[in-house]
Amino acid sequence: MRRWLVQPEFKVERDPARCIQCQVCVRQCANDVHSYDEDDELVSSDGASCVGCHRCATLCPTGAIAIGRSQLDFKPNANWTPENIRNVYKQAEGGGVLLSSMGNDKPWRVYWDHLLLNAAQVTNPSIDPLREPMELVTYLGRKPDQVRVERGPDGKAKLATEIAPQLKLRTPIMFSAMSYGSISYNASRALAQAAAEAGTFANTGEGGLHTDFRPYASNMIVQVASGRFGVDPDYLNIAAAVEIKIGQGAKPGIGGHLPGEKVDAAISRTRMIPQGTDAISPAPHHDIYSIEDLLQLICAIKEATGHRKPVSVKIAAVHNVSAVASGAVRAGADIVAIDGLRGGTGAAPTTIRDNVGIPIELALAAVDSRLREEGIRNRASLVAAGSFRSAADVAKAIALGADAVYIGTAAAVAMGCHLCQRCYTGKCNWGIATQDPFLTKRLNPDVATRRLTNLLRGWSLEIKEMLGGMGVNAIESLRGNREHLRAVGLSDREMAILGVKPAGE
Amino acid sequence: MDVQPNPSKEFALSRSERDSAACAVGGILNEQGRTFDGSRILRMMANMHDRSNGLGGGFAAYGIYPEHKDLYAFHVMLDNAAAREAFEEFLRRYYEIETEEVIPTAPLREIRNRPILRRYFVSLRQRVLGEHYDLTEQDLVVRHVMQVNGNIKGAVVFSSGKNMGIFKGVGYPEDIGRFFRIEEYEGYLWISHGRFPTNTTGWWGGAHPFGLLDFAVVHNGEISSYGINRRYLANFGYHCTMHTDTEVVTYLFDMLLRKHGLGIEEACIALAPPFWDDIERMEPQKRELVKALRITYAGALLNGPFGVILGHTRGMIGFNDRIKLRPMYAARRGDEVFLASEEAAIREISPQLDSVWQADGGKPVICELKVPLAAPEKEPARA
Repeated sequence: MRRWLVQPEFKVERDPARCIQCQVCVRQCANDVHSYDEDDELVSSDGASCVGCHRCATLCPTGAIAIGRSQLDFKPNANWTPENIRNVYKQAEGGGVLLSSMGNDKPWRVYWDHLLLNAAQVTNPSIDPLREPMELVTYLGRKPDQVRVERGPDGKAKLATEIAPQLKLRTPIMFSAMSYGSISYNASRALAQAAAEAGTFANTGEGGLHTDFRPYASNMIVQVASGRFGVDPDYLNIAAAVEIKIGQGAKPGIGGHLPGEKVDAAISRTRMIPQGTDAISPAPHHDIYSIEDLLQLICAIKEATGHRKPVSVKIAAVHNVSAVASGAVRAGADIVAIDGLRGGTGAAPTTIRDNVGIPIELALAAVDSRLREEGIRNRASLVAAGSFRSAADVAKAIALGADAVYIGTAAAVAMGCHLCQRCYTGKCNWGIATQDPFLTKRLNPDVATRRLTNLLRGWSLEIKEMLGGMGVNAIESLRGNREHLRAVGLSDREMAILGVKPAGE
Repeated sequence: MDVQPNPSKEFALSRSERDSAACAVGGILNEQGRTFDGSRILRMMANMHDRSNGLGGGFAAYGIYPEHKDLYAFHVMLDNAAAREAFEEFLRRYYEIETEEVIPTAPLREIRNRPILRRYFVSLRQRVLGEHYDLTEQDLVVRHVMQVNGNIKGAVVFSSGKNMGIFKGVGYPEDIGRFFRIEEYEGYLWISHGRFPTNTTGWWGGAHPFGLLDFAVVHNGEISSYGINRRYLANFGYHCTMHTDTEVVTYLFDMLLRKHGLGIEEACIALAPPFWDDIERMEPQKRELVKALRITYAGALLNGPFGVILGHTRGMIGFNDRIKLRPMYAARRGDEVFLASEEAAIREISPQLDSVWQADGGKPVICELKVPLAAPEKEPARA
């Protein structure tokens, strides 16, 4: 038999003094790392297939399991890293495209970590959010250039400008597109429930809207992607908003592929495709080969929804992102969502995920500046996506110019994801990115809902603290206010693109 | 038009993009349009001496140029002869100059490093208006003022209204007032400012009031939303060149009142809107209006502590931030209404008042003329 040259990434160590042979680990691991020998009445582990998801170690009642990096080191080489070598082995073996999941894990500069927020001292008082109102309410959608007022016979002022449909968010954080199919029914349900409870929105992704989630539709943004899965007039009209997915940060220029084995009866119904068939989203929309085609689709969706729903266009942050965003706004997008280099995915070619696109910080700043230069910033709201790890990241994005952010990875982590990056295997031990009923039942949707709403609450409280510290009491005073940001360790050119000054200036 | 900041070397020492300040503000309006000289507002400001630190003071007076009431009165600070030449060349290109003169001043030991101070009574050349079918005369004046302040080194147009004038500089307000001999002018509305800048050394152009056309703004406080207000205004062609946050207040009022045609109340809602919780409780017609104003003008929301007085041809508005982090007193006596940072300053010139109250956070105190402006009457001499 040929030897598989790829050595394990992890090693699993079991402390025999602690292990009580209860076999929890055996049942919990979908990757068959742990096994029980009935003859010897002994649990043993083989780290070769361990993905490092910590499910076994977390659930082990006696803390007997330790998971570490494999000690088998290659000769140090700054160019041929162990990952490069292993990838060549894998491709020499299989001749295929290497897959990954979740967001880019390469050490590209994280600009959030080079930006610092401001606070008030003396000349303007900081405001205590526990004692004073602190407003995070955000409206997404097209805003008019100006408001016209007319006075009735009673002399009372009356609004004379028609305001385009808006999404009202209690906090400027939404759940990013994660399709039912890429994630489990329970995970989808938790996102929908949490969005409704927290007064924000969850995005269906391109997986359609399960009939069970219709009660939450007023807190859902439904996606129209290149595969058009699950799209019918009812789907468009029941939702709060419609999003046309052009691109995704983790895989700009690449379509999607849900393997047929995941397309069970429920997913088949929801996506409106035959059971067991692959759900393939083409790379482009085959009715959008240029900007005027996008305009037509936006118009078609607005017509189909009676102009009662904002239409969002989601694009990946690529080199000419500001031109693309400007085109989308002029084509009628009410919201432009930009997904950056570090945005997550259920499955993407590794080399695409790790090397295509630009960081969300630069893309967001460039788009916001461009739309302002063109005098059309008010025509669309900007939603930033692509790895927000904390409330501080969110606050910095808003200061750069985002109206709101999408969180995907953080939401998955809140539900228990350990970022093992193996969603594409469908063997998620945490019951999130899988359709295996044995695994999906591990995620209690109500517990997950609470964890998600807790996260939103915690981040919202932190954003309020930051706002109050800056001496402002409404999120719109931070939005696009780059005076409240200073850079550390960035080049002049980077600071110019971000529109921020260096710390000390 | 791309406007570069204009750090005028001789008298501009601004180090930061934005200057913030504590301060004293005051205003007096005769609702019948009767004029009175500047000595009373001067006493009012002297009473609040400790609210300034000598780095800026100024006055805006309305109704002071009845003989030129149909002409724009440009008050200009000029660093040197070269700046004057560049400015006058620019001015002549677009305007007929009816009268030009030095702004009369009294030599004062306290006032140093003064720039050249001149005023020009001008009208826009019709030819210029004809070149721009989409711009009004006032739009063009605004554009020209921005071009001078942004592009002509060492020149600042600090007053550009009709039948009104701004007088300001580095010094305590009472000294600045005596320097400009404001007792010799007769106006029906006066507003004033004493400055306590914290981030910069004062510079003449950075003193208040800030003016644009007939609007004049004096401001006590700091606009913590300045960064976004400035970017928002840039969308509409307003370019901030004066290195101070008060400038955005002036431009926002100009945009909302003149360009967008909002009423004063609606403009104030846009600038300091009610909290969302309060909006939700409003009756439907008002709720829709306030909500539309708030979401449309999100970039115009003025946040941070401020007490502002806006002067305009028809009156003045006293206006606080939403949670009232700066003082603002209002009072009335007969035909006169007063606004000031301190009640004592009002009592200094009018010990007996019919009523006196504090402005609520976010709710404007609107003081307006009760007569048409055609022929303002001269107030009878005071005993």
